Amino acid sequence: MSSAEENAVRTSARNGWLLSVPALIVLALAASGPLLIVAVYSFLSPGQYGNVVWDFSLDGWRGILFTKDIFSEEYLLADAHLTIFWRSVWLSLTTTAITFLVGFPTAWFIATQPPGRRPMWLFLITIPFWTNLLIRTFAINEIIRTEGLLNQLLLGIGLIGSPLQLLYTDTAVLIGMTYVYLPLMVLPLYAAIDRFDMRLLEAGYDLYASRWQVLRRVILPIVKPGIVAGSILVFVPALGAYVTPRVLGGGKNMMIGNFIELQFGQGRNWPLGAALSMTLLVIVMGALLFYVRSMSRQDRGTDNG
Amino acid sequence: MADRSFSPSRIPGFATVAVLAFVALYLPIFTLVAFSFNAGRAVNQWEGFSLHWYGVAWSNTAVQDATMRSLLIAVMAALISTLVATMAALGTTRRRRFRGQTFIYAMINQPLMVPEIVTAVALLIFFAGIKVATGYQGLGYLILAHSAFCIPFAYLPIRARLEGMDLALETAAADLYATPWRIFRRVTLPLMAPGIIAGAMLAFVISLDDVVITEFVKSGGQDTLPTYMLGQLRRGVTPEVNAISTILLGLTVVLLTVFFLLTRNRD
Repeated sequence: MSSAEENAVRTSARNGWLLSVPALIVLALAASGPLLIVAVYSFLSPGQYGNVVWDFSLDGWRGILFTKDIFSEEYLLADAHLTIFWRSVWLSLTTTAITFLVGFPTAWFIATQPPGRRPMWLFLITIPFWTNLLIRTFAINEIIRTEGLLNQLLLGIGLIGSPLQLLYTDTAVLIGMTYVYLPLMVLPLYAAIDRFDMRLLEAGYDLYASRWQVLRRVILPIVKPGIVAGSILVFVPALGAYVTPRVLGGGKNMMIGNFIELQFGQGRNWPLGAALSMTLLVIVMGALLFYVRSMSRQDRGTDNG
Repeated sequence: MADRSFSPSRIPGFATVAVLAFVALYLPIFTLVAFSFNAGRAVNQWEGFSLHWYGVAWSNTAVQDATMRSLLIAVMAALISTLVATMAALGTTRRRRFRGQTFIYAMINQPLMVPEIVTAVALLIFFAGIKVATGYQGLGYLILAHSAFCIPFAYLPIRARLEGMDLALETAAADLYATPWRIFRRVTLPLMAPGIIAGAMLAFVISLDDVVITEFVKSGGQDTLPTYMLGQLRRGVTPEVNAISTILLGLTVVLLTVFFLLTRNRD
């Protein structure tokens, strides 16, 4: 490389950095930087009226799983916390499973429409996707209330004798999360199915495979990247959900997000809240890392094959 | 049903599930919108068409304040995030890969990966300290927070647009002795304009919709429309909330339609 070329490369890199600096400053101030402060706060002691006292302590981290007995000062397993973690994980996994069971046929349906009509169906999926999450939660709230449309409908056709008490239960949170996160499952599934070569189906049927065999042995393995992407896109925000469990779960059916908020409100235990936030962050990053690795493995697989 | 021949891509039951899914997606939204026009107080018993609740929302000073605040924050956040995202997109596309580019990508996409509640808590802690230290309680915190999480949404369409543009026109302009600034003003900027507008609109919509981060960052009396609505929930749902939701929804749909028209014409 001549020195002129080298200079050009160096100038280009310098300009690239300079142009990116303003964005990086905003992000460091109000996105990445404060995360480091959370990490520090998780190792401090709670102040009496919220905030922290600058005394090193591991109580925040210990508090995730244990509570201190007031009398004996022993650490006991905090059942209430475990219930919240279990509920969060279970609800997020179930939400992911249901959105897949509903989302896969939906994505398949859109991808097998005549090409001219696909943008319209896709647009119909994207509108709810971009619509305010709070508004959609309100909307589903009105449907599943005791006097809501769902109960009126079920009573009307005689399926139930008295209205179901859905609101403020885990089921309500599950219905709500399935409703709000469904588009996140459909979009990546559609992208994967859209690339799927439909001639493979004919090949499968020509070889006397049943519909079920074709679905399991041909379709699902090939669209697997879309399934993984959709599952991550649903699972990650579901695990950190705050608005949906607050509106539909009431005060009792908390998920991790609401539990974190509690520590910064009435709980007045900022270090515990900070430690819980870091835990949630680590789980989410783990899920994303798993996604990235499985994707790169997929790429290598197709390159070699 | 003229064609009943075997179609391999048809799987029995899939179309039914899909149609039901679309109904389930839209029925709650339509119900919400319908009852905003209800004459009575109920959000489930139809008592005739009326714009009554729009009047109620319109004359409610708390709603007026929250609307102005939401719009101010969204406009500022869209402007700031689009400006810095445009620069970053120019810095990270159409040039030789440079050291640290992956770091820049990771930083820009970070708000998409970190759970909102974690960012909200982080900002609560950080800004609480600054509020005590400086005494400043204004909207600046909300504008800064919104600008940050809007950056990836502004950046992605702009970058997509830039990547679709080759350097031929700019090279031609340079050959004709145009100054770099003139090339940028007369060639690059007009070509990338649809991406910038699309990015700004996404940022605006995202800022307007935010609940969690705003809820944690706002000082007393700084409700935006979504946090106001969340607060109202404790007093039970009234068609007034439906009316506000409908207006927000309408705004989102209009902006998104424009967005799709802008990005569709790329090729």
